[in-house]
Amino acid sequence: MTYRAALDGTSYAFTDLKRLLARASPMRSGDQLAGLSAADDVERVAARYALADVPLTDFLENPLVPYETDDVTRLIVDTHDRAAFTPVAHMTVGAFRDWLLGYDVGGPTIAALAPGLTPEMVAAVSKLMRNQDLITVARKVEVKTAFRNTQGLRGRLGSRLQPNHPTDDVRGIAVSMLDGLLMGVGDAVIGVNPASDSLPDIKVLLDMIDGVRERYDMPIQSCVLTHVTNTIRLMERGAPVDLIFQSIAGSQAANTGFGVTLDILREADDAARSLARGTVGDNALYFETGQGAALSANAHHGVDQQTMEARAYAVARAFRPLLVNTVVGFIGPEYLYDGKQVIRAGLEDHFCAKLLGVPMGCDVCYTNHTMADQDDMDDLMMLLTVAGVNFLIAVPGSDDVMLGYQSLSYHDILTLRSTFDRPPAPEFEAWLRRQDMLTAEGRMRVSAPQQLGRVIGPTGGLVA
Amino acid sequence: MNDQTPEPRGVDPWADLRDLTIARVGLGRCGDAIPARDVLAFQLAHAQARNAVGATLDAATLGLDDVIEVHSRATDRATFLQRPDLGRQLAEEDASRLPPGAYDVVFVLADGLSATAVTRQAPGVLAACLKALPGWSVAPIIVAHQARVALGDEIGERLAARFVVMMIGERPGLSVADSLSLYVTANPRPGRADSERNCISNIHPRGGLSPESAAEKLAWLLREALRIGGTGVNLKDDPSAALPSA
Repeated sequence: MTYRAALDGTSYAFTDLKRLLARASPMRSGDQLAGLSAADDVERVAARYALADVPLTDFLENPLVPYETDDVTRLIVDTHDRAAFTPVAHMTVGAFRDWLLGYDVGGPTIAALAPGLTPEMVAAVSKLMRNQDLITVARKVEVKTAFRNTQGLRGRLGSRLQPNHPTDDVRGIAVSMLDGLLMGVGDAVIGVNPASDSLPDIKVLLDMIDGVRERYDMPIQSCVLTHVTNTIRLMERGAPVDLIFQSIAGSQAANTGFGVTLDILREADDAARSLARGTVGDNALYFETGQGAALSANAHHGVDQQTMEARAYAVARAFRPLLVNTVVGFIGPEYLYDGKQVIRAGLEDHFCAKLLGVPMGCDVCYTNHTMADQDDMDDLMMLLTVAGVNFLIAVPGSDDVMLGYQSLSYHDILTLRSTFDRPPAPEFEAWLRRQDMLTAEGRMRVSAPQQLGRVIGPTGGLVA
Repeated sequence: MNDQTPEPRGVDPWADLRDLTIARVGLGRCGDAIPARDVLAFQLAHAQARNAVGATLDAATLGLDDVIEVHSRATDRATFLQRPDLGRQLAEEDASRLPPGAYDVVFVLADGLSATAVTRQAPGVLAACLKALPGWSVAPIIVAHQARVALGDEIGERLAARFVVMMIGERPGLSVADSLSLYVTANPRPGRADSERNCISNIHPRGGLSPESAAEKLAWLLREALRIGGTGVNLKDDPSAALPSA
């Protein structure tokens, strides 16, 4: 089916829905790399005119990735809730955009709609939205999850403490963890990216973090971000696994590239729930996503990278995760070239995930070959906080010494808490108060490492 | 411990802990923010990393005789960063400059994401590698500009070499902006997958691999590849030879 727009006497034709979506997307290097971008800004706007008139039902009738060969499409189609879709079933993409922005449409309405929305509809409407629209609508939606504390509550901001070390040295990781805890970071998860896939090495890290948690009775959860099949094996060996992590993407072929299938994720979810280590909830999975993942695996099916990213959220929501985040600036300039593209993508990812009912966080980050710097990260972290992001990732001094890229700093989380009055998860906030780490005004005290001195001993030797 | 019981003056409670990690821990605070000294140190490290990304490779500074210089189809740095596909293809005019020979191995010194790494590390690493491979027939040394790892596949195929070794600048980090990697591919030809290569990474003088250690690993990989008939995932038993996931 061809979609058309006529502007100033020139007619534009887009031969199918995926071409229309790609041409309507804001300019970004990944779509240019894939040869999917609009030829120029005028064609881009023409595509948006045409997209505004597309009925939402067109997305149900025309899957962008074939149903027969792609299990993500089958998941999207087979779990689509027609009844939930009814309130917007008569709308075009343009009408849907205007409706979402209206005063009458609140968070509960959007949350009830979520099972009736597909990733393609949500990606489409995002392409008709300016950055402020993405924020305005996303902040209406509260996506609450829980394990040992409650994430996603309105007016709060979670944080992942990411204490990576180039060689997984357990004492080095303990020092970075201590630094973060003393700044009140880590309620969403203490999550280590291991340099090694060695199961014994990973178990040492899990044991250390869990030991500290128990000693201080901290209402937090931990995770070592290794492949899901490694984590399942670690659980079988009795390692203290709280959350199971996996990178996911928006097509079956891209997930195959990550070495994961929907069946493996189901198995992981069952395994995590059977341990029942959560105290206030049972959301036990943690997913990471990012625009460009499908294209980099040559598994994008000619679909633009932002729509493929939104399809990953359909995978995520099927497993009721505690946490999901986009690693928005990590993949590099061939997908998101500069700070402007990274900021836009971060807001799109957060918006699309929240509309689909996914507990979305973000790794506000960039690599050294991307045209971006810490000022761009300041902008994105503040925009996402206003938009109600569930959690943000932070590392010591913004410098991840294992992965070789820059994220937010622990200090940045403090800045966001002060500037926007966003305390962490309530259970974690109460713990900080019990440890006498908060002032009467709710600010983090400047505490010496001895405050949590039993994390590591006086000479750096692990007491654990 | 709290605001009312400060540390004794002049004692840095983080001093011992800092020895345990190169992470930027214990930075202190002014309000919520990082103190100026550490903000500037971060900006300096980022500026140096950016310079390394933007640097061009000058073959004359490598101190090597008789190199052949080639270019990818990425004509400038901005194109190179946005079009990895072009960085994997040889510029048309350069193809004819690579006549086939009966070579065991060709070494390609490729700028990748850090020409600084190649300028500083590659001459020493190359010398160590040649020393570690006595009796091997080595093709003329190639210097490749705006090059991705897979550019070596086409170079190796044209030279009819059994192995190509790409010595390529890694994406600069804040702590190290001049780290070199070696990628080894058997029977190179365009279309080889990353799973068909082996990698030796983190070659640099700040706690990384020394040229001699890198050369030793390379020689082991090449001999092992000859024995089992190829490079790639089957060779990963040596932990140093596993491909990085990033």
